[in-house]
Amino acid sequence: MAGVELEPVIGLEIHVQLRTATKMFCSCALGFGEPPNTRTCPVCLGLPGALPVANAEAIHYGLMIGMALESELAPVSTFHRKNYFYPDLPKGYQISQFDLPLCSGGKLGAVKIHRVHLEEDAAKLNHAGASGRIQGADSSVVDFNRGGTPLAEIVTEPEIRSAEQAGEWLRLLRTTLRTLGVSDVNMEEGSLRCDANISLRPVGTDQLGTKTELKNMNSFRFIERGIRAEVERQRALIEAGESVTQETLHFDPKTESITSLRSKEEAHDYRYFPEPDLPPVVITETMLDRAASALPELPAAREQRYVEQLGLSPETARLFAWRAELADYFDAVCAADTSLEPQLCANWVTELQGRLGEQEAEDSKVSADALAQLAALVASSAINQGGAKQVLDELVANGGHPAGIVEAEGLEAVGGAEELAPIVAAALEANPDLTERLRGGDMKPIGVIIGEVMKQTRGRADGKEVTALVRQQLGLS
Amino acid sequence: MADEIQELSASAAAAAIADGGLARAELFEHYRARAAGDELNAFTWVAEQPPAPVEGPLSGVPVAVKDLFCTEGIPSQAGSKILAGYCPPYTATAVANLEAAGAPVLGKTNQDEFAMGSSNENSAFGPVLNPWDHSRVPGGSSGGSAAAVAAGLAPWALGTDTGGSIRQPAALCGIVGLKPTYGAVSRYGMIAFASSLDSAGPLTRDVADAALFYRHLVGRDSADATSVAFPEAIEIPTGERLDGITLAVPTGLVDGEGIEAGVRESFEASLETARSLGATIVGCEIPSARYALSAYYVIAPAEASSNLARFDGVRYGLRVEEGRLDEMYTETRHDGFGAEVKRRILIGTYALSSGYYDAYYGRAQRVRTVVARELGAIFESADFIVTPTSPTVAFGLGDRTADPLSMYLSDLFTIPMSLAGTPAISIPSGLSEGLPVGLQICGPAFSENRILGAAHALEQAIGFDGSPARGGAS
Amino acid sequence: MIDRDELLHVARLARLALHEDELDATAAELSSILEHVAVIEELDLEGVEPTAHIGDVSDSLRADTARPSLPRDVALAPAPAVRDDGFLVPSPQGE
Ligand SMILES: [Zn+2]
Repeated sequence: MAGVELEPVIGLEIHVQLRTATKMFCSCALGFGEPPNTRTCPVCLGLPGALPVANAEAIHYGLMIGMALESELAPVSTFHRKNYFYPDLPKGYQISQFDLPLCSGGKLGAVKIHRVHLEEDAAKLNHAGASGRIQGADSSVVDFNRGGTPLAEIVTEPEIRSAEQAGEWLRLLRTTLRTLGVSDVNMEEGSLRCDANISLRPVGTDQLGTKTELKNMNSFRFIERGIRAEVERQRALIEAGESVTQETLHFDPKTESITSLRSKEEAHDYRYFPEPDLPPVVITETMLDRAASALPELPAAREQRYVEQLGLSPETARLFAWRAELADYFDAVCAADTSLEPQLCANWVTELQGRLGEQEAEDSKVSADALAQLAALVASSAINQGGAKQVLDELVANGGHPAGIVEAEGLEAVGGAEELAPIVAAALEANPDLTERLRGGDMKPIGVIIGEVMKQTRGRADGKEVTALVRQQLGLS
Repeated sequence: MADEIQELSASAAAAAIADGGLARAELFEHYRARAAGDELNAFTWVAEQPPAPVEGPLSGVPVAVKDLFCTEGIPSQAGSKILAGYCPPYTATAVANLEAAGAPVLGKTNQDEFAMGSSNENSAFGPVLNPWDHSRVPGGSSGGSAAAVAAGLAPWALGTDTGGSIRQPAALCGIVGLKPTYGAVSRYGMIAFASSLDSAGPLTRDVADAALFYRHLVGRDSADATSVAFPEAIEIPTGERLDGITLAVPTGLVDGEGIEAGVRESFEASLETARSLGATIVGCEIPSARYALSAYYVIAPAEASSNLARFDGVRYGLRVEEGRLDEMYTETRHDGFGAEVKRRILIGTYALSSGYYDAYYGRAQRVRTVVARELGAIFESADFIVTPTSPTVAFGLGDRTADPLSMYLSDLFTIPMSLAGTPAISIPSGLSEGLPVGLQICGPAFSENRILGAAHALEQAIGFDGSPARGGAS
Repeated sequence: MIDRDELLHVARLARLALHEDELDATAAELSSILEHVAVIEELDLEGVEPTAHIGDVSDSLRADTARPSLPRDVALAPAPAVRDDGFLVPSPQGE
């Protein structure tokens, strides 16, 4: 393989905990850090005789996700049993979907969706150290609070070509799900979990290499770093003439190392069969109508609207739309003063976000109203860019009203020919050499003149206006 | 007085209590004492005192409950060592419905482990004896329930039927057993054997009792997604004629080998009785019947293999400590399950495993479609299908334990209805060599009222006396 | 029809220990049952759909309304081993 250029083939499997009130198949409230085993019942403990009943709201959320991802929605969807033994799986099987998932196909951004199905989450297994009961044996304690939480599993087609693309796409997915309101999508808390299937193949071919599965990466940074590391590991193996083994891997972000999760991988045979306790779910028109009318504006549509209707640049439109909180803030700024140009509002939102870093604009001291007022002051030339930035700094630090800050700090723009003309004239007079060059058509020295005027006005003049006055006074057209 | 109480059917006892002629406490204590003195090993637990009375149409007539049902705070062991001593924190809907209608739980009855068996010999708590002949089996898997009712240890009992587990022991013990339409009775809290086949129903002395019991058993339960509302009220049957009724006899099936001469004779006599009541008897065929048994012995074990995976020693029941997790699992299940249960878990696991699913489970489910279609076609021109309930009378304890297949053949006549999810009743049709023979009457889904009506008419005409003590003489 | 290796594989999937002295008899019993059920292979099932559920249930879903969970002591009461308010088990290997 040496000498052949290789490209990564990456598919993602994302597990999303749905934010319903109750679990997937029982009426226990979802757990959020309650004491262990306080959110259980006969159903989610897998007691003898207990039966599952599917949560209508989870189906509803599943349909909303399917619609948002432009999937085909199954008219009839069935649940299957996936049989295997593990202490976090109380029934000895997970109720999941197999051949008739709720949603098939679809697309988000540039990545095609393979399917979306519903299932139940496993319980939590906590390591308990050596047990006193048996010498030297290691033990664990099971907490069933999380067991049975509704999950949507979203599987992409293997169409992602880089770690960066995977990270960027996941952010879009997260924004989409958050906009839908179906999940907390918090990776650190495990409500959004991502596995990646990774293989390499020679560029330009569609042959499939042996893939590995990188499990449960719990932040966007780790996902990108994990995929990058795995791609490099596979590349090194292939280039050394060795072969990739199909296995499940764990990425340790601390050491950047990749280890095999199950060294002695047992061949799985999940013995899927239709869950006899759950009749097929018939998706009715009523259910579809309800899901459709619950759909908010999604990132892709928002991006398009920002470009086409508000005239934002494509980059700004995507930056906002893929980050719903920022877009919501931007919308609020525009709404606060509808006479403002959206692009001007966008510039100031971008300016603000640049100062905030990781903090969300809506959580800052700068209200959307205040930012709109600031933009309005700029639009009316009441302050210039420099002054406005000073006002923004003050708003970010202490909050308040832009007009008040302008007044308190004396940042009003020096405006109007009457006030500015003598200052410009004085600046030209003080620099005869430069004035001569300007008169001769060499505009380079204009910056110095503007600088001089700014100095005299303590930065409150408008550069454009100064330029115009220079031209006027020197008789340049 | 004790003899008089003993003579009362459950319906009559309920009526006597309602009129004030009989005290609830007296009735309960009468049966409690009898159940506690059980020599048939029919009970695995008997109440020490009556629960707080609940007003209702069943007026305090106590009920024996198969141990497959969860009863809050009361041992619910499903005949298995793996659940020995297990007391669930909740009560099955079927039991709760009966309690709400005023029937207190008298005790829990013995059964084949996880309802797998046709003789009640697969119980971790020992076999149940047939009250007609203590050297013989009562049938199964609801053997304890059937024996308790037949011996008068309980006025009536709740059982379960997956492939014949109510009908066959009812037949072998000379009582009435009704397997409902699938879904008519909630399965919530009934420890699952084969979820797509399991149903709960009454075992009673007579057809009127079965109707009264069933009336309070049915109903849609939001805790069981497969349960359905019964489309009409269950009526107490009074009819004595079968005029205009067509009974279809699956000729190929009942003429097959393996059916005892005495059983055939009793069956023929029942047909004659039916004719005398105005019924028309016609022949029919269920060509898939011989495949039905095989399909059943794939589907039921497959579902069971999954349903019984929860018995893993983690949350309840037996645990064999072996240090490592895998050994804990495998040794717990090795020691906790009996031979027949293990056999079915293995068969079921095999039938679902990669490479075999289509040939076994997939095919069996398609056979199921064929069986249901064939029964449906018969019901287009006949009201009921009638067969003997079991090809034989009660067999001797230990006679069939060495050969699982011979045991499976006990269910030959009951399995097609289980696969189709249609209701069927077994009523006593007489005796063969001093042992009861059962007649099975099956109808389409939700035809229970009509089945009970026809069964009542035949019961009256046959005049079987359900008491083993009197040898069934009329 | 089912040999020792296959039997051990199936027993492994089912987490069911089979002791050495049980293997041959179990394999023989299972083989005879499988042979018997194999008659379903004879039937022509061309175009026949499988039946996984009997009956039509239209309202099988549950409203998303929480109900009280079990008290923890009740949930843990039947457990063979308990520690730190949870169900104590030997740790799975390789975790
Ligand atoms: Zn629960």
